[in-house]
Amino acid sequence: MFDFIKDNLILNDPMLLGANISILLSVIGIVFILTYFKKWKWLWTEWLTSVDHKKIGIMYIIAAVIMLFRGGVDALLMRAQLTVPNNEFLTSQHYNEIFTTHGTIMIIFMAMPFVIGLMNVVVPLQIGARDVAFPYLNALSFWSFFFGAILFNISFVFGGSPDAGWTNYAPLAIEGSPGPGINYYLLGLQISGIGTLLTGINFIVTIIKMRAPGMTLMRMPMFTWTALITNFIIVFAFPVLTVTLALMTFDRLFGTHFFTLADGGMPMLWANLFWIWGHPEVYIVILPAFGIFSEIFATFARKTLFGYKSMVISIVTISFLSFLVWVHHFFTMGGTAAVNSVFSITTMAIAVPTGIKIFNWLLTLYKGRIEYTVPMLWSVGFIPTFLIGGVTGVMLGMAAADFQYHNSYFLVAHFHYTLICGTVFACFAGFVFWYPKMFGHKLNERLGKWTFWFFMIGFNVCFLPQFLLGFDGMPRRIYTYGPEDGWTGLNVVSTIGGIGMGIAFMILVYNVYYSFRYAKRETSGDAWGAGRTLEWATTTSVAPFYNFAVTPEVKGLDAFMIMKQEREAGKEEKPEYKPIHMPSNAGTPFVMSVFFFVAGFGLVFKLWWIAILGGIGVLACMALRSLRSHKEDEGYYVSVEEIINTEQKKEA
Amino acid sequence: MAHDENISPNTPLEYQSGIGRLNIFGFWIFLGAEVILFSTIFATYFSIYTSTIGGHAAHGGHAGGVPMPGELFEIGNTLVMTIVLLISSFTCGLAIHEMRKRNTKSMIAWLVITLLFGLGFLYLEITEFMHLVHEGAALGTNAYWSSFYFLTGTHGLHVSLGIGWMILIILQIFKRGLTPDTAKKVFIASLYWHFLDFVWIFVYTGVYLIGMV
Repeated sequence: MFDFIKDNLILNDPMLLGANISILLSVIGIVFILTYFKKWKWLWTEWLTSVDHKKIGIMYIIAAVIMLFRGGVDALLMRAQLTVPNNEFLTSQHYNEIFTTHGTIMIIFMAMPFVIGLMNVVVPLQIGARDVAFPYLNALSFWSFFFGAILFNISFVFGGSPDAGWTNYAPLAIEGSPGPGINYYLLGLQISGIGTLLTGINFIVTIIKMRAPGMTLMRMPMFTWTALITNFIIVFAFPVLTVTLALMTFDRLFGTHFFTLADGGMPMLWANLFWIWGHPEVYIVILPAFGIFSEIFATFARKTLFGYKSMVISIVTISFLSFLVWVHHFFTMGGTAAVNSVFSITTMAIAVPTGIKIFNWLLTLYKGRIEYTVPMLWSVGFIPTFLIGGVTGVMLGMAAADFQYHNSYFLVAHFHYTLICGTVFACFAGFVFWYPKMFGHKLNERLGKWTFWFFMIGFNVCFLPQFLLGFDGMPRRIYTYGPEDGWTGLNVVSTIGGIGMGIAFMILVYNVYYSFRYAKRETSGDAWGAGRTLEWATTTSVAPFYNFAVTPEVKGLDAFMIMKQEREAGKEEKPEYKPIHMPSNAGTPFVMSVFFFVAGFGLVFKLWWIAILGGIGVLACMALRSLRSHKEDEGYYVSVEEIINTEQKKEA
Repeated sequence: MAHDENISPNTPLEYQSGIGRLNIFGFWIFLGAEVILFSTIFATYFSIYTSTIGGHAAHGGHAGGVPMPGELFEIGNTLVMTIVLLISSFTCGLAIHEMRKRNTKSMIAWLVITLLFGLGFLYLEITEFMHLVHEGAALGTNAYWSSFYFLTGTHGLHVSLGIGWMILIILQIFKRGLTPDTAKKVFIASLYWHFLDFVWIFVYTGVYLIGMV
């Protein structure tokens, strides 16, 4: 056992040794603080066993921000390595590991959890529900994502990171990578993927079945619409990932031949299966972003969203097309002209519904009384920059032209322009926008603007030069280059931009601390004073754990706007409180996910007894859950007295 | 939970609680995900279908080569497996029929019979696997046999989980009787069981019948 730890703990590299020590110190620090302030029980009852969708959402967001930090550090290390020619800051192996973990973490463990976190916080509130349909399952979703992420992340200090790119192409990932790194990738994604699939099922049922009376499908807020469609994509796409990862896990652990070079394996099969999941995945993170921007534009332009119906139709169209484009990821790998043409056309067709959305946003702004708050800045900044990403996407979508652009920095610049301007901008915008709903105060506007400008300028300085580097022939995933290539100047510029984004992130983190200390506490549920949808209709700033004292009645699109108008006209009725039924906390989702982690760890190192132990633990948790009756699990009732007390707090 | 009011007494037991209706609806969506899961495995199987590297082209004899699927599949054995599983789906349907009539005892009886057929299916599948491995066609033999075991194995694993799950539910009915809560569990398990039967039909035709041609 001691030998096993000694063999796998990476201590030879000074950078990784530093990482090991800082992880150890942070763990000791956290344990010390929790013990010193006697917070263990609080942590367990308030957070680890919570089934409250708002708390689960907050935990998702915290985890995503930590992953943003990790992925960002990876990015800055890459930029540091590429700034000057013939750099020896990183070894080639280390560089391979870093671009692999950067991509995987940013997509799987940062972007997706961030939007799912916002969905968790906002969607039940927007549809006037008390919670999601399956609160227990929701907790399981979060914890399996969390422990999947931890399993993936410990790879860099224990055993070695995956090094075959985030797309993990075979046969490189099978025959070219003997260490445990790829196993970490396969099992970390598999475990967190279970959580994502459960989220998909949970939110579809929630949105279809739990809407407040009067909220027809065509009265749903746009963010809820995008959440619904996104979760349909999840349910259709994630089983493909599950199978794909399992197939390669079998190849690596049990000697099967799905993707190997020998004995009939088909490496190309991996590319197809991976992108049948992978391309819809792009829309899993981008569609909710469109929803967030829609809410913010309507709120701060003080107008109803323009073209609501066409917005709905366009997201449905995009979700459908997202499944029909996967081959554009390997136009150059020997498909026939006919195949390439079909996928070229479907790819470029996506620009049409996306264009419709952009015009709708612009027309929402037209003649609006625009207020440039921080969320609005992110949203307005999104339009032109995302347009660059979209247009370059159409350039890449032309199969013939793609032979020139593929695997160059042009591609790198393109997908950063779509994913950062789309998803990351939206995450920041939504985070700031809904912050008062989660924590009861706003983030500081001035610091928020600093974050925005540092990030916006840094981002463009970083990635615009990469289009040019692509035209100059600089290939992606390159570890270093020579001075004669002539790529130095643009790379220096790009690195400066990267530093700008790093500074923006630090300002954001400082802003959270600063606002926690000094920001004015919000008293009303409608913190921005311009809320249009039901999440702003709660009586207290942070929604009470039961959300709404009385289930709201929806009379049209922008339900809260209508309620406010009625209130002004004096038509509001006095609320009549009834006891509210709420689900009880549950510890099994946490425990079960720990067992998932144990099983995954055992499989990574082929320590079968640990894997079996974890597997038995998972099955035991499932059996225990199945044996519970509805009666034992029926939760509890909140008394009318307690509701009145909570509701009147804001008036005091 | 949500919208529990105005339930007609004619509503089937499993639909009488709000959480029951939510669970059944959610399970249908889960089955949608399962359809995608098996579709992906079938797609993989058919992509690798001709990758019988090392298999001998000519029938008969095993000198040096790897056996081809056509040589090893036996129509009789797999037909028995299919019939056993189809009957178990029928008995499972009878169990739900008895549940609707609130005959708890005969419902349990039919569930137990379903389980026995399920176990019989598993027994036949395991003996078949052992036979195949004995003849030189194992998980790592070549891409074809890898995908064969992955497909049939995933189905078999689902059947095993279904059996364990149903035993747990029968125990609960002994303890708590037939309530909207337990009825919902039986109903969902029956949906799962029929789904496994549905998948097997594709396995039987797609793998065994085509493999024997």
